[in-house]
Amino acid sequence: MYGTMLKIRIFEETIAKSSRAGEMEGFLHPCIGQEAVATGVCLSLNEDDYITTNHRGHGHMIAKGADIKKMAAELYGRITGYCKGKSGSMHIADINIGVLGANGIVAAGIPLATGAAYSIKLRKTSQVAVSFFGDGATTEGTFHESVNMAAAWTLPIVFIIENNNYLVGTQYRRVCNIENLSDLSKGYNIPGVSLDGNDVIAVYQAAHKAVSDARSGKGPTIIECKTYRWTGHHLLESEDIPYRPKEEIELWKKKCPIKNFEKFLLKENIINEEDINKIKKETYALIDEAIKFAKDSPVTKPEESLEDVFA
Amino acid sequence: MREITYLEAIREAMSEEMRKDKNLFLIGQDVGAYGGEWLISGDMYNEFGDWRVQDAPISEQTIVGCGIGASITGCRAIIEIPFNDFLPMCMDQICNQAAKFHYMFGGQISVPIVIRSAYGGFTTAGEQHSQSFEAWFTHVPGLKVVVPSTPYDVKGLLKTAINDKNPVLFFEHKMLLSVKGEVPEEEYEIPFGVADIKKKGSDVTVIATSYMVSKALNVANKMEKEGISIEVVDPRTLVPLDKEAIINSVKKTGRVVIVHESCKRGGIGGEIGCMIAEECFDYLDAPIKRIGGKNTPIPFPSALENYILPSENNIEDAIKEIISN
Repeated sequence: MYGTMLKIRIFEETIAKSSRAGEMEGFLHPCIGQEAVATGVCLSLNEDDYITTNHRGHGHMIAKGADIKKMAAELYGRITGYCKGKSGSMHIADINIGVLGANGIVAAGIPLATGAAYSIKLRKTSQVAVSFFGDGATTEGTFHESVNMAAAWTLPIVFIIENNNYLVGTQYRRVCNIENLSDLSKGYNIPGVSLDGNDVIAVYQAAHKAVSDARSGKGPTIIECKTYRWTGHHLLESEDIPYRPKEEIELWKKKCPIKNFEKFLLKENIINEEDINKIKKETYALIDEAIKFAKDSPVTKPEESLEDVFA
Repeated sequence: MREITYLEAIREAMSEEMRKDKNLFLIGQDVGAYGGEWLISGDMYNEFGDWRVQDAPISEQTIVGCGIGASITGCRAIIEIPFNDFLPMCMDQICNQAAKFHYMFGGQISVPIVIRSAYGGFTTAGEQHSQSFEAWFTHVPGLKVVVPSTPYDVKGLLKTAINDKNPVLFFEHKMLLSVKGEVPEEEYEIPFGVADIKKKGSDVTVIATSYMVSKALNVANKMEKEGISIEVVDPRTLVPLDKEAIINSVKKTGRVVIVHESCKRGGIGGEIGCMIAEECFDYLDAPIKRIGGKNTPIPFPSALENYILPSENNIEDAIKEIISN
């Protein structure tokens, strides 16, 4: 749990630094501050369970078990990347571990995960599908269509609303009449739960129950994880855009999911300071290795962009 | 050889393939107990059950998304959208998702879906239920586009579409549903990218799609009596397009008329016409002619529809114009 959250944090911080230094092209949407959601949910999943994610998808992918070398190589536009260096951050997928793609279209992953759940039910396996998306996605029609479909057909799916308060630059309560977005579940007659998305144990417990329910044929659940992103919507967003009060950002940074979990682990004597330093050192080394792999890999050639239009 | 209708041919193609693969399913509004809004799925519900002939809610975007999601996780979906006029409701899933996945995910995933949709006018259904949108999808790399004109073609092409690993937009013209034609009992597939010369000729090439093929053939038969030999080329698939067959025909005749039902502006007539100009300009003895619907919405009264949409007279006039050139 701790290791995964740290891996996500350090990966995001490292590639953010590389991007700001002009080492890579393309848009980045870091999930710094939101690590507990991906970690807690994915810990309740098996390798052959499916997830869909969104433009802010690195955390979900890492937590599901993605190869960070191939992720880094993709961001650097190398042929060794997950998508042969042609797609970048928002479009990484790893079908072998059930990651049906990050997605640059808000809420597009929700029907896809619903379809994966339909496939599970048709094939009669015990897999589960999970869809990760933000508060903004709940204002898209496809969210409602998908929840309705999944509820009507009792599909094995869990909907995770990662509510970081903002639809890009709009505070969600300006465009939603509901405080706790899990209450949307009432309209579809399925269970819904809202919780502190920065408490990785709480996330895990709720996800574990919802995933078990889905797996045992009880149908979908909506889980709202309240959290916050430390960076702008995308990495290069100007800090001068005044849509988020600075005090609000500082307040949420104090609720850092990693620091809080660290305190908990130390207090409960599960690990000590030495262990923490060791894990941090190993994680930094892992990420450095991934970046080196990316930088050493060949850049995708222009002619290679003609390939793979059709299977 | 036995004769069956275009509609029956579609049902046969789906049923034959669904008997072979229990993970192949049909999903769409009213395809189940109702038998489909065009009565195409018929009694398939009784044979395959409600998980494989699935009545969907009115959620076109999510019906397509669900079909895609299922098709990248071990199943395959045939998605029925009853009017192609509803396809704008699902453009994101078709164009930004299905069309992109194989390329965007570096070849990891392919999307073996077929989106079947009834299209076209001449049914007094009015502005929002009479359109032909096939051209839109030819403009999105990653999609295949099929426009069958006969029962024989529709069955063979649909089986190919179902077995294709890529997303296919399959347009079934409403006016062809009750048309009968020879269809073998034995199973067969028709490959994509192979045009059919519906009628051989030597004076003018008429390239026609879907319902326009029968109109072109009527004109060709009539003008044959006047000593004008028309070759009717039916591309059958727009992506991939059988460029070779078109170019060979134009090289032979030197004159070409392209006719499609959708409005002329932005229709595939422009794409095919320009391709001909690029590839065999020196063989042309007359300017390229395009016929499409007028650039207006399609009104419901049949007299107005017949005025707006291409007619046999339009085709005949165009041919006469370039013959006299």
